[in-house]
Amino acid sequence: MFKVTASPHIRDNMTTQKIMLLVIISLLPALIGGFITFGLRAVIVTLVCTASCVIFEALTRIIMKRPQTVSDLSACVTGILLAMNLPVTIPIWQAVIGSFVAVVIAKQLFGGLGQNFVNPAILARIVLMLSFTADMTTWAVPQYWKENSADIVTSATPLVSRDASYWDLFIGNTGGCIGEVCALGLIIGGLFLIFTGIISPVTPLAFIGTVALAELIAGNDPIYHILSGGLLLGAFFMATDYVTTPLTSMGKLIFGIGCGIITFVIREFGGYPEGVSFSILLMNIITPYIDNFTAKKALGAVYAGKGDK
Amino acid sequence: MKKLNSIKVPHNKNTQNSAVEKIPLPQSVKIPMCMNMGKPCTPTVKVKDTVAVGQKIGDCDVPFSVPVHSGVSGTVKSISDYRMIDGNNCKAVEIECDGLQTVSDTVKPPVITDRESFIKAVRESGMVGLGGAGFPTHIKLNPKNKIDTLLLNGAECEPYITSDYRTMLEHPDEMLDGIRIVAKMLEIPNVIIGIENNKPEAVKILKEKTANDSNINVMSLPSLYPQGGEKVLIYNCTGKIVEEGKLPSDYGIIVMNVSTAYALDVYFKTGMPLVSRTVTVDGDIIKKSGNYLVPVGTSIEYILDYAQCEKDKINKLITGGMMMGITIYDITQPVTKQNNAVLAFNKIEISEELPCIRCGRCMRACPLDLMPMELDKAYKKRDAESLLKYKVNLCMNCGCCTYVCPSKRKLAETNQLAKAFLRNKK
Repeated sequence: MFKVTASPHIRDNMTTQKIMLLVIISLLPALIGGFITFGLRAVIVTLVCTASCVIFEALTRIIMKRPQTVSDLSACVTGILLAMNLPVTIPIWQAVIGSFVAVVIAKQLFGGLGQNFVNPAILARIVLMLSFTADMTTWAVPQYWKENSADIVTSATPLVSRDASYWDLFIGNTGGCIGEVCALGLIIGGLFLIFTGIISPVTPLAFIGTVALAELIAGNDPIYHILSGGLLLGAFFMATDYVTTPLTSMGKLIFGIGCGIITFVIREFGGYPEGVSFSILLMNIITPYIDNFTAKKALGAVYAGKGDK
Repeated sequence: MKKLNSIKVPHNKNTQNSAVEKIPLPQSVKIPMCMNMGKPCTPTVKVKDTVAVGQKIGDCDVPFSVPVHSGVSGTVKSISDYRMIDGNNCKAVEIECDGLQTVSDTVKPPVITDRESFIKAVRESGMVGLGGAGFPTHIKLNPKNKIDTLLLNGAECEPYITSDYRTMLEHPDEMLDGIRIVAKMLEIPNVIIGIENNKPEAVKILKEKTANDSNINVMSLPSLYPQGGEKVLIYNCTGKIVEEGKLPSDYGIIVMNVSTAYALDVYFKTGMPLVSRTVTVDGDIIKKSGNYLVPVGTSIEYILDYAQCEKDKINKLITGGMMMGITIYDITQPVTKQNNAVLAFNKIEISEELPCIRCGRCMRACPLDLMPMELDKAYKKRDAESLLKYKVNLCMNCGCCTYVCPSKRKLAETNQLAKAFLRNKK
């Protein structure tokens, strides 16, 4: 028996799984930076988030009687991203709730991979932020700052204290979430994704550029604002999520600028010190409208006036 | 000028150095009465009739049809119903070869005096576009508008296939003569021959031969799929965009395959209509891959036997190329006029379809700037309005979107289903 299929009969060797794997690899430099800064507990939080995301994904698929999708690695990416968005001192049970929100509520209840309309890790972070505000805004002092690092000593995020040096921000020697402190690692990972063609540079450049420009106009130090908080993590890894961001370059530009403006407004005028996750969440929600508005014009297409056809 | 999206596919032109080889005659041939777009012909021969090489065996009085001729001499064994690859039925004439290859006395060079007699001669030659689609050549060469550019398609952007390339290398003079006759009869001032730059020999030889002919311009094009798509080739060679609902001739352009030009010249010079065809035979279980000249109607099984194919290992049998070819289920299918390749594979890719992750690769691969992921979504919902809005009708089924999709979605196939859905809805 010959196999009969429609053309084409050859395929590129890129797969969804490979894309997810490349994203995981790109997250490693910043993650390792976070491990060095915060020590063993950062590793534990990351493992808990990743494992619980994978388990929740597997269980939901079983309960919903849908094909198993754990092997596409998307749950791993969500788990790692979520851990990177949490402070190292987060109680483990709260991290597990975060995983549940990300995988079950944000992703699987909407149909699984490709169907979620908000970034799962962002939604989980925001739910935890609003539910457990105190735990989510307790920042441990980097372990090689103080010798008695076993004790949890709280410090302010550099966005509030505004006293960290560029170098400390660059290598990650500051307080903050596990994955957001090491700017160097985030930049390496982001460039890796851009040069392997996984993400387009449009969104990160528009996002970071808009924040920098707005802060400059507002009379603040733009470099400090780029390096501190979750901006690099958000711009390179969360605002470039395929599923929840616009398709075309024009759409990506609008998305990035929108994120930048909202981040700036929250940072300068909002009640929270950081606005990256809210900005991405809000822009995720209007992504279908941006897509509709920036749809490509096909080559040689003739678009009839309204009412025709 | 905007660069069109394209993809890089492995070339696999393994047979590029295999000269066209005429293979021994089969015992019988089965010639379908429809091998082109248009109406099927009615057989003009009866069972037990004796036929000669070049004799007309089928015709139709509808203008949008092409007569069929025999490529062998022998006796008509049967006339039966025949299901073509596209699922439609027509008659097929089976001829038992006598091995003598007696040439019919109807085979003599046509007398061409004016445009009308030229078009008539083209129809009598049984010519169809040899690139794969099989558009009747006498219709294409009879446009309403004034034509200023004749564009010869020698891109051959499909992996594996080298039949056009071999024709360009082995019969450049005849091909150019054919081009010149067409250009003269239709009063076309400019000729462009577009060839992908992975065929430097063909570019070189044609450049040399046309060095003194300022009307013919040989263009070396980047080897990017789908360079040979009609709209893509027109844009890359002339910068003109053929708009929706328009034909190339509306822009003063006719696109013709290089092998068609050669076959036309053969008819003009000898009167021998289109009765045989060069087929590239290749694949991972073909021991003797090559370019074989066979009479139209020869069974694929016979050609595969000659190419020493391990037939019991075939998992996929393709007529045409890897990107746009059609898989066949019946190894005894005859070779038709527009078949440029037969590819047989043991190792085939079977990939599971995963959900779309909206990565946008299909959109960035589409030469026509369509948004296959949106079309996929719209077709799933049978949303005719969105399908029309996102212009599914423009899809030329080049397959770039399916090729690049990391979730292995059958996007090009969906577009064809969507087009049929819209047609049936009206």
